[in-house]
Parts: sequence; structure tokens; C-alpha cells
Amino acid sequence: MKKIYFLLIIGFMSFSPAFPQDDLESLLDDAVEEPIQYTSATFKNTHVLNGHSVEFIRPHDLEFRISHRFGQLNTGAYELWGLDQANIHYGFEYGVNDWLNVGYGRGTYQKTYDGFIKMRLLRQSSGKKNRPISMSYFTSIAVNSLNQKELNDYFTNRMAYTHALLIARKFTEKLSLQLSPHFIHRNFVETSVDPNDIFAMGLGGRYKLTKRVSVNFEYFYVVDAPGSYPSQKYYNPLSIGFDIETGGHVFQLHLTNSLAMIEKGFIAETTGNWLDGGVHLGFNISRVFTF
Amino acid sequence: MKKSILIIAIIGLAMNFSFAQKFLCRDGHVWFFGTTPMENIEAHNKQASSIINTETGEIVVSVLMKSFEFEKALMQEHFNENYVESDKFPKGKFNGKITNLNEIDFSKPGSYTAQVKGVLNIHGVDKEYEIPVEMRVDGETINAQGKFATSAEDFKIEIPSVVRDKIAKQIDVNLNMSFSPYKK
Repeated sequence: MKKIYFLLIIGFMSFSPAFPQDDLESLLDDAVEEPIQYTSATFKNTHVLNGHSVEFIRPHDLEFRISHRFGQLNTGAYELWGLDQANIHYGFEYGVNDWLNVGYGRGTYQKTYDGFIKMRLLRQSSGKKNRPISMSYFTSIAVNSLNQKELNDYFTNRMAYTHALLIARKFTEKLSLQLSPHFIHRNFVETSVDPNDIFAMGLGGRYKLTKRVSVNFEYFYVVDAPGSYPSQKYYNPLSIGFDIETGGHVFQLHLTNSLAMIEKGFIAETTGNWLDGGVHLGFNISRVFTF
Repeated sequence: MKKSILIIAIIGLAMNFSFAQKFLCRDGHVWFFGTTPMENIEAHNKQASSIINTETGEIVVSVLMKSFEFEKALMQEHFNENYVESDKFPKGKFNGKITNLNEIDFSKPGSYTAQVKGVLNIHGVDKEYEIPVEMRVDGETINAQGKFATSAEDFKIEIPSVVRDKIAKQIDVNLNMSFSPYKK
């Protein structure tokens, strides 16, 4: 009987947890809590194409952007299919901190000055904190500086405002999609039946073709304002293009039916029609400076 | 008599588990740098985790690639997106063994040089390394320091010709980790 107990003791003693290596690895995984892992690079750039993306300029970095739209392709050989015309917008965007970007720009379209604020509300993450989406709030003011009699009456006549919510998810390493409801208010419009307030729902996305090249698209569905009869035929903006990244630069090359490069212009005042060649060749060049 | 033997058996069993033979580190510091005339690249990760089994000499180190912090945010993004592809290969792992375990007495305070041989897996590629690690045993804790040289090429990380001048061929990796007894 004693012998049995003795054997039992030996048995227990030798039952020392001499786990093989694989178990040491899983032991480590169990022992250490995974930190919050924020999703990075949902888009390559702070803009999907025309509109803003949920990407931010990093704190204390400065981005300089030059955007360019040629004329419409259907202007024919005389205008060299739009290449004779130039519309530019330049902009500076600055990362104030982790969740705040501010920007300033000036564009050829209606000689507009613009300023914006972009705030990060949610950040897609995995690990300790699991969040399926990123969300940002965007707001901007645009000031039309054309020398026009009606605009001279009141300074406020020159102003237009944009509010938007940018909701995006990086589904896979390659595919990201963004939904962006926009609200635009123009203080002054062409005629009394043109709408001052405009709602639009944006859908944008990107698909990475290689590590440094992605194909992007962007569409805004502009809701017809009830009781308004726009004095001109406006179209929903649709843009398709490529993002090409080379070290510190991102080039965005695309085709779009809008001429303006600020929200008030490309959402509310797009006059090009894809179906009859009212399309502009465009590019954005973005360079980030680190201090 | 039977009872006392049973008690001894239970104590023996309990001792077996409470005897600290595994040491854990949750917040190890791993950093690497590469120097070229064009640019110096340095990144720090202070969340490296590791476990040592002092009985068998086995060591596992695990590092989240996204936790490497660079001086420039853009470098960090490119590191994760274009080079190590952190979404596909989120962790860097080292599985190794102390080959001169008989020269190290983890129960006695002192400094020992451990020869650690094992496989480092980064970017889905395995590569064998032998790393001398300075181990300072101080009562309950173990401090481990070591360094080794590696390269992007070893792990099939492609570097485009445009930036080849900015990224060093040789990358020096350093580690500094403090372990304490691991209890379940």
C-alpha cells in the first residue's frame, strides 16, 4: 500500500509542466494582452479624389497640395480636348494634433478662398479595443472673391458653408470604402429658385493594385431640394482615378465631371456630363513636410 | 500514515507548479536603426513581450510590428504598409533556445552571457540567428540585453530603387528586456 502512495508521489512530481516550445508560445500569447491596434492608411491621402477622406495629416506635419483640372474633353481639338485650360487649387493642410487638422486654400473656380477644420471622432482599431469604423467631422467655409456687383452688396453673399461626416472602413488590406453625408449652405445663389441648402450622400473607395498604386472612385448623390428649380442643369459628381505614391509624394490622377476642387463647387455646381464627354482630366500632387 | 503521505503528495504537486521556472516580460524595449549618408532611420518598440523557460532554456519573443515608433510618421506608415506589410504579417516572432544553459545558474545572482540560437520570423520569412545575450540575474528578476545585425533582404522585403540610397543595407537590432517570474 505504501508503495502505491510512493509511486503516486513520484508520478505527481514527475508531472512537471515541461511543455514543448509551441506551448511556450501560446503561453506568451495568453499572458500578454494585445494592445490597441489602430488601422493605418485607410486611404493613401487626405482626399479620396475631390472630397476629404478619413486620413489625417500627422501632428505638426504640413501638407502642400496642388490640384489641377483641365478643361472638358468634349471641347474638341481647338482646345486640345481641354488641355489648353487650366484650373488650379492650392492648399495647405496642417496637423494640429492627433485628432485635428486645419487647412487653407485658394482656387481658380470663382476665385475662392477656403478654410476647413477636420476632426477625428472614431478610429478603426483592433486588439484591446475593437472598433469597426473610422469617423471624422469636416466643416469648411468658402469665400467667393469674384468682382461681381451682387456679391459686393454684402460680404456674407460671398460665403458658403459645408458640414460633412466621413465614415470609413478598411475592409481588407486592399479595399477601403467611405460613406460621407454632406450638407452645404450657400448664402447667395444665382436666382431665387436655386436651392440655398443642399444635401448629398458621398460614396468613395479605393482598391490597392500594388503596394504603391491604388484605383479610387468617388460619387456624390445630390438630393434634389424640394420646391427648387436650379437655373442650370447640374450633375452628380463622379470621379475615377489612381493614387500613385512615391516616397514623400502622392500623385492622384483622375477623370472627373466637376471643375471645382472644394465641396461647395464640386457637389453643388458640377456642370459636366459624363455621357457627352463633359469630363475633366485632373491631378492632385501632395507633398508632406515634416518638422 | 496514509493521510500524511497523501498530504506530502499534494504538497509535492503544489510545489511543482509554484516553482518559478518561467520568466515573463511584457514591456521589453526593442529598437533598430540603419544609417546612410542620406537618412538615419530609427524605430522603437516598447511593448515587446517574451517568455523564458529557465529549465529548458527555451525563449520566445513576440513583437507587434505596428508598435514600432518612428521619428517621422510617414516613415512609420511606409514601414507598415510597404515594407513589413503589418496587416498580413502583424507579428515578428523569435523562437530560440539557450545553447549554453549549463553555464547559467538562474537561481544565483550574477551576469551571464547566454548564447541564444533560434529562428526569427518577420514578413513571413524564417531566418536563423545566433545572438549573444547578456543576462543579469538579480534575485527574482532577469534583465536581458543583446544586439544583432540583420537586413531587409534577409526577410524578402523589397526596397524600390528610388529609395535604396536612403535605407541602410545593414540594420542593427537591439533589445533590452526585464523578466519577472511568471505565475499562472
